[in-house]
Amino acid sequence: MSELTLTTEGETHVVVKRRFAASPEAVYRAHVDPELIQRWCLGPEGWTMPVCINEGKPGGKIRYEWSNGKGAGFFLTGEILELDPPHRIVHVERMHMPDPTADNRVVTTFVADGSGTLMTMRMSLPDAATRRAMLATGMERGIEASYARLERLSGWSAAS
Amino acid sequence: MQPAESLDRTLAALADATRRGILARLALGEATVSELAEPFAISQPAISRHIRVLSEAGLIVQRVVGTRRPCRLAPGALSELDQYLEMLRGALTRNYRRLDQLLAKQAKGKDKNP
Repeated sequence: MSELTLTTEGETHVVVKRRFAASPEAVYRAHVDPELIQRWCLGPEGWTMPVCINEGKPGGKIRYEWSNGKGAGFFLTGEILELDPPHRIVHVERMHMPDPTADNRVVTTFVADGSGTLMTMRMSLPDAATRRAMLATGMERGIEASYARLERLSGWSAAS
Repeated sequence: MQPAESLDRTLAALADATRRGILARLALGEATVSELAEPFAISQPAISRHIRVLSEAGLIVQRVVGTRRPCRLAPGALSELDQYLEMLRGALTRNYRRLDQLLAKQAKGKDKNP
């Protein structure tokens, strides 16, 4: 079972680790090829990514737009800072909700682990105002708060 | 922002499927330890250990009624930061399950995507 781990580091960083049953090359490619990103990087059920731009080179632009098909949506822009295929991606990103959030620098590494890959993603935590905006955007929060919490907790227990 | 140590304790408490199941049950209302143990194929002492972890993380509170120790969710137990991290965890969990499937398809060479 390859459940992700999510830990905080200091007060400003969060580190996500996840194992995949595929080579670092395949997992890396799924993080830089827009046609692949568009098929998995979708968040909650029911959301789609109608626009997915990732120029896949240092200095290249990133733009992802998500929609829930019911009028709600938001987008992310960013720039790729470093690419070291298939080991490491460094990029900066910000959400537009619609005001842009502070830049989040993200370092993602892919390390061979047996026949699979251990991915580690180290990102900055958004500040309190940004978190409020993200929660208010309705991503997983479009319905009444207590019901949303119950649904999420139940989903977890069923899925784990 | 609350101290990182307290946040780590919350995340550690939430990292276990049984404990998330207990929280999901308590979201419906107060429950006794034996009621909480019912849906799980584990012993009551094991459930009690999970309840202690959740209680120490400040996620649930217990009161004493005679010999019973009913549990409920602690009011405001999950801070805005916790809620954000939960949201992030939920979104990433779904994303990576989809990525698992995509990678599995590619490995079989049956990926129809041009």
